[in-house]
Amino acid sequence: MAFGYDSEIRTVLRDHARLPVDVETLGDDADLFAAGMSSHASVNVMLALEDAFDIEFPDAMLKRSSFESISAIGAILSELRAAA
Amino acid sequence: MSLTVDADRGFVDQIRRIGEDVAAVHADAVDHDARFPHEAVAALREAGALSAFVPVALGGAGVSIGAMARAGYELGRRCSSTAMIFAMHQIQVATIARHLEGEWFRSYLRRVAAEQRLIASVTSEVGTGGDMGRSIAPVTPDGDGFALEKQAPTVSYGAHADDLFTTARRSPQSEQVDQALVLHHAEQTELLPTGTWDTIGMRGTCSPGFTVRAHFGFDQILPAPFATVMNETHVPLSHILWSHVWLGIAAEAFERGRAFVRASARRNPGAPVPAAHSLSRVMSELTMMRAEVESALADYVAFNDDPERPDLATLTSVLRFNNLKLAASEQAPRVCMGVLEVIGIAAYKNDSPYGVGRQLRDALSARLMVANERIHSVDAGLLMIAKEV
Repeated sequence: MAFGYDSEIRTVLRDHARLPVDVETLGDDADLFAAGMSSHASVNVMLALEDAFDIEFPDAMLKRSSFESISAIGAILSELRAAA
Repeated sequence: MSLTVDADRGFVDQIRRIGEDVAAVHADAVDHDARFPHEAVAALREAGALSAFVPVALGGAGVSIGAMARAGYELGRRCSSTAMIFAMHQIQVATIARHLEGEWFRSYLRRVAAEQRLIASVTSEVGTGGDMGRSIAPVTPDGDGFALEKQAPTVSYGAHADDLFTTARRSPQSEQVDQALVLHHAEQTELLPTGTWDTIGMRGTCSPGFTVRAHFGFDQILPAPFATVMNETHVPLSHILWSHVWLGIAAEAFERGRAFVRASARRNPGAPVPAAHSLSRVMSELTMMRAEVESALADYVAFNDDPERPDLATLTSVLRFNNLKLAASEQAPRVCMGVLEVIGIAAYKNDSPYGVGRQLRDALSARLMVANERIHSVDAGLLMIAKEV
């Protein structure tokens, strides 16, 4: 469950997460770090998400668990959108 | 509360005495011969200091992080190698104690307390470019247990440790970033030296490269996720304890400068002492270092107030403790260099009471223990995304 942002999130991941596998093979709850996303790549994913969704992640959200799966990313995006 | 404070104070006093009575006495020989500081480590064992971080319920002293840092500082004043071995060991104990799951590790901590076992760490690996967050060698099934074989470019006091704590890929199928931490005993381990340890400083840590081969049971793999362990404990606590050791080294160099200036002043009472003026400048440098080291410790203690430790999971926290490492590792040799210039040739001599050669050489290791350039490149990425730095 990625709160309706599924395809946009997958596009960002395909372009920036440098996963060794096709992102389409991963389920919404698959662990992106276990799938091979490095810390360095995750920062690029965060930047690209901020750009794609025109938002800014507050520091408290900038942690590994917020970006560990497509559904986790969907959850923080919807939280930010709801607060906006 | 006051019981804890008393226990902490007693612990720090005890470590300071070991520093003065044992570590300081052998520091020059340890440095000269690049040998393990057997005497100081034996004294630490006798005092039960190797289990100081083990919870009281498991037979340890349960001292605070602040007291541990202070103890590292006190040892750093007297013998950098002893201090760094002490700090690295405590980081391994803290990693287990703060992420404790499973009966095997619980009973292992009881053994650390009862037997005063010394733990070395095998985190670096040939081929990862110094990135602790990646592993090449995997944990592989082996008979009724598991095995690993890792090429480690440096393993501090590996040949003197009772146990080794090693990072590895979780399985042969896992990605490099999917890591596990394995605690294996020396008798389960084969260490094949691949190099020597004839360095300019930190000579007593005895840290050559090894091919590390180990066989172990499934229970010996730390159940906690490695990323959590790294963010909440391994990296920030390493930077805090190392920095306290480096502060001790710098403070010792400074004290030698002060002793020199005082001796000059006594020789010619009333006459101006130009060296005192230069030493005052060095004091500013030392004060800046102390401020950063102590404020980072205060931040870490505050971040631990919440049992869930949410603040330690953030990228801002990574930046905060990386900055500590960068600042302290660059400032420590700067202080030692400053003192060298204050004292002059008497500081350059190895056999002078005002010599600071050992402190300067030891302090130079700080920027290489996880290379500062590598930390800067991590920080460069985080700066792009973190909001408040």
